[in-house]
Amino acid sequence: MTETDLNRTYMRFAHQFLEPYDSPDTPAIIGMQTRGVYIGKRIHSIIFDHLGIQPDFGVLDVTFYRDDFRSKLKIPEVKVTEIPFDLYNRDIILVDDVLYTGRTVRSAMDALMSYGRPRSIKFCCMIDRGHRELPVRADYTGMFVPTHSDEEVMVKVKELDDEDAVYVVKGRGADV
Amino acid sequence: MSEIPEKSFRFNQKHLLGLYHYSEEDIRYVLEQTKTFREVLERPVPKIPTLRDTTIVNLFYENSTRTRLSFELAQKRMGADVVNFSASTSSTRKGESLKDTIRNISSMKIDMVVVRHQSPGTPHFLTRCVDATIINAGDGAHEHPTQALLDMFTIQQIHPDLKGKKVAIIGDISHSRVVRSNIIGLKKLGAEVAVCGPKTLMPAFVDHLGVEVSYNLEEVLAWCDMAMALRIQLERIGAVTDLFPSLREYHELFGIKMHHLEKYPDFKVMHPGPINRGVEIESAVADSGRTVILDQVTNGLAVRMAILYLLSGGTRI
Repeated sequence: MTETDLNRTYMRFAHQFLEPYDSPDTPAIIGMQTRGVYIGKRIHSIIFDHLGIQPDFGVLDVTFYRDDFRSKLKIPEVKVTEIPFDLYNRDIILVDDVLYTGRTVRSAMDALMSYGRPRSIKFCCMIDRGHRELPVRADYTGMFVPTHSDEEVMVKVKELDDEDAVYVVKGRGADV
Repeated sequence: MSEIPEKSFRFNQKHLLGLYHYSEEDIRYVLEQTKTFREVLERPVPKIPTLRDTTIVNLFYENSTRTRLSFELAQKRMGADVVNFSASTSSTRKGESLKDTIRNISSMKIDMVVVRHQSPGTPHFLTRCVDATIINAGDGAHEHPTQALLDMFTIQQIHPDLKGKKVAIIGDISHSRVVRSNIIGLKKLGAEVAVCGPKTLMPAFVDHLGVEVSYNLEEVLAWCDMAMALRIQLERIGAVTDLFPSLREYHELFGIKMHHLEKYPDFKVMHPGPINRGVEIESAVADSGRTVILDQVTNGLAVRMAILYLLSGGTRI
């Protein structure tokens, strides 16, 4: 996916997010560390630019809730979690870059519950690459990309990677 | 393919025996991660499931309120299974040696041991007896690393960069493990340290610690950014009158009093607890806005969570 494709998708997400809600009862957007935060922020700013609405925005790190934290070689570095509003009875939209096994989403739901009891949680991902290991699905999907498990899907964002793009890479560490 | 540049630093410690064994990067990393745990403690549900498959034994051969509670709470907040052991109510009374005790406990499949013991070096000894991760919660007059880490974290909340900051440690330097860990840690992070106290409570090796030595309280208070008062440890000193004439006189000469706070408006007062009011610090000082003693306690919880987290995760190579 190129920058133009992605911009279109960001725009679509912005409208889809608000579609079911009557303003000002807008949903809150929570981006998941690391790429999900930037994707969420992008959608957030489109909503503001076009509609003048500023939904609540939070950042979530799920490291503590992962089920594979001990099986990895490296101790995962904990990043910031910042949810500056009350989750109680809110409609939450979680944003992440890639939906794969579904384990990250599961931990994210666990994590959110420790901040309060939201009315609903929806999930938005830029790329759904299949290979689910848990009964999880996305409510909003940028693109469905069937992949092999030895491939890697990389979503790039300008803020971190100097470009907006999505790559599917064969094997780990291969050239694009 | 432009990966995010992998940081070359990797936290790769198995134990926390003392800050002596931790590099400057290790210490900075622990303090950085502690911030996240401070945030966890502010949550409506301050509980995370990270250690739910971990069993920890708290092996306390010496009395403790704060450290023990703090460790236990940290462990429970992270979902670990916790067993507590205190020497006074155990088979130690029947004459079981430390080595046999730890071997027996370890046969019950324990992942981590938090140990406090009156003999310096006990945690090192335990690493040779069992496979588990050992965390030193104070060994004699040797080290008390988590206390030093929480002190450094507390100072960092006021002075984010410790480089060049001046920390005065006042009181019983020779019997204190807190002071030793603090000197090692603070110096690794580039802070300047001065110790101050009666001559009888200065260790013979004080010149080898690489710190300023002063016998004048006013002098160090005028100099420092942070003043850390140490508890006069009556249980270690034995008969008080051997080392100084009276607690009253100690307070006169080395107790931090209200008029010091007025005269030197910049420094903040720390104390590892438990406070002897009217000895190390005047009662009114303890209740004034110039102390960070209760922050130290909260930070202690966060630091211990960070240590438990970092020592339990990943597969070491």
